[in-house]
Amino acid sequence: MERIIDLGHDMARIWAQYYPAYMTGVRNTLILAFIATLAGGIIGFICGILNTIPYSKNDPAVKRGFIAFIRAIVRIYVEFFRGTPMVLQAVFIFYGLPYFTFNKVQFTGNSGIWIASLIIVSINTGAYMAESVRGGILSIDRGQTEGAMAIGMNHIQTMTSVIMPQALRNIMPQVANNFIINIKDTSVMFIIGFMDLFAQHRNIVGINYAFFPSAAIEMLIYLAMTFTASCLLRFIEKRMDGNDNYELVLADIATAAGNYNFPNKGTPFDEQNREVAHMENEERINSEYVAENHFISQTPSAEQTETIGKGAQ
Amino acid sequence: MTEPILKINHLSKSFGNHEILRDIDFNVYKGDVTSIIGMSGSGKSTLLRCINLLETPTSGDIIFNGENITSGAMSPTTYRAKVGMVFQSFNLFANMTVLENCMAGQIKVLKKSKDEARACALHYLDQVGMAPYINAKPRQISGGQKQRVAIARALAMSPEVLLFDEPTSALDPEMVGEVLSVMKKLANDGMTMLVVTHEMAFAHDISSKVVFMNKGVICEEGSPYELFGNPKKQETKDFLARFIER
Repeated sequence: MERIIDLGHDMARIWAQYYPAYMTGVRNTLILAFIATLAGGIIGFICGILNTIPYSKNDPAVKRGFIAFIRAIVRIYVEFFRGTPMVLQAVFIFYGLPYFTFNKVQFTGNSGIWIASLIIVSINTGAYMAESVRGGILSIDRGQTEGAMAIGMNHIQTMTSVIMPQALRNIMPQVANNFIINIKDTSVMFIIGFMDLFAQHRNIVGINYAFFPSAAIEMLIYLAMTFTASCLLRFIEKRMDGNDNYELVLADIATAAGNYNFPNKGTPFDEQNREVAHMENEERINSEYVAENHFISQTPSAEQTETIGKGAQ
Repeated sequence: MTEPILKINHLSKSFGNHEILRDIDFNVYKGDVTSIIGMSGSGKSTLLRCINLLETPTSGDIIFNGENITSGAMSPTTYRAKVGMVFQSFNLFANMTVLENCMAGQIKVLKKSKDEARACALHYLDQVGMAPYINAKPRQISGGQKQRVAIARALAMSPEVLLFDEPTSALDPEMVGEVLSVMKKLANDGMTMLVVTHEMAFAHDISSKVVFMNKGVICEEGSPYELFGNPKKQETKDFLARFIER
């Protein structure tokens, strides 16, 4: 018990002395984790769309080959970045790019470190998200795709306006997971000199050797950050589900519908009636005159449509 | 002689070694209401899905207004925008409200303005009696209501032909009527329709032509009067007898 009180005193002392450093660490960690999760999510969604481009046996070989090539690239990307430690990836990219380009590409200064860290964490998150998104897309009923195709949407339109919004909702728990993992795992970026919360700890204990009290402070801060993030994302999920109730609308419908005057063609309702269809059938044998005449009389004139609109108002 | 709006030529479809459709031939004229009846597994739905290119036919041609669709001259998306489809399982977009469901295609595919799309969507939702529910999500309305919204969604694209794939099969009995009456109204107003159905009364009363399919081929076709009143083939007689017994 005494030790716990002592620890409390030590923590308070160190916090009072170094809190600006800790707060800088918190800020850097949160910014990096947030942007990288967002960017990783976007990468994941792009991979998801690329991975699900449909093709049939009848498509030309070039198209099929190209799609197979894209899928192979995505697969290699996912397997490589999911299958190697982020610490090593950081070193690999931070030192590897200058090495291969004979120092033409370099990550210099503070901004260089930021850029490198953002790239590495984003790419890494993207690899995980690609698989989550793929799962999210697979979880959406095939009928949704068919419904969208049946009204003439292409793959991109189907994906962006029908499948992805639903998939996004389904993978929100995964997004939350990744965000929390990123808050913690960005700590390995100290290897390339990124000043996140954990790096601040290393600096501070390097001066005063108070390893345990500082670690205890860090623990509390990390827990606070992840817990807040978790609550926030739960809240967002709830918002995405929307209201369980809906309002019946009775007032302005008639007006809006009545005012619509079908610029190019009539509605299928007033275009032709049953009688006329029969006439046309007969007209295949008989004359064209009758059906033609009827057709015209069935189409409402501009004047009529206008009166309907006014009447409704 | 009026050109058929839709002409199916020697259409066949196989899944692997399994032949679902064999040498299907028939025409759809403007204003026709064609009912396709037959046993489960006779290929009715596959035929409809082939016509909308949701399945790629193994061989044969689909000619739409004189243009060959299967040859790739017209892109499938352009074609599908002109041929509406109503599914057995509704397939309303779960992430959108009733109104948005009817607007999405108009805005994305027909590139209409939001106001125009809204007015058009409201017009058709009003026609199917779903206008008060525009703010509801699909999960909040009943099956019959969903199907009526699906019909409005298809109509909002101003299709030239409307395909119905067993539109009432997934509905509770008390909801079948509301959907059929909307379809009846459409038929009376001259919409060109192709309906796969188990509702014999509907096929009998509403259609101008009935096609009986059996084991992947068109077994018999004719006016409802001929086909129901005086079927020529034994298979047709057996099938109809089974329905009358019930």
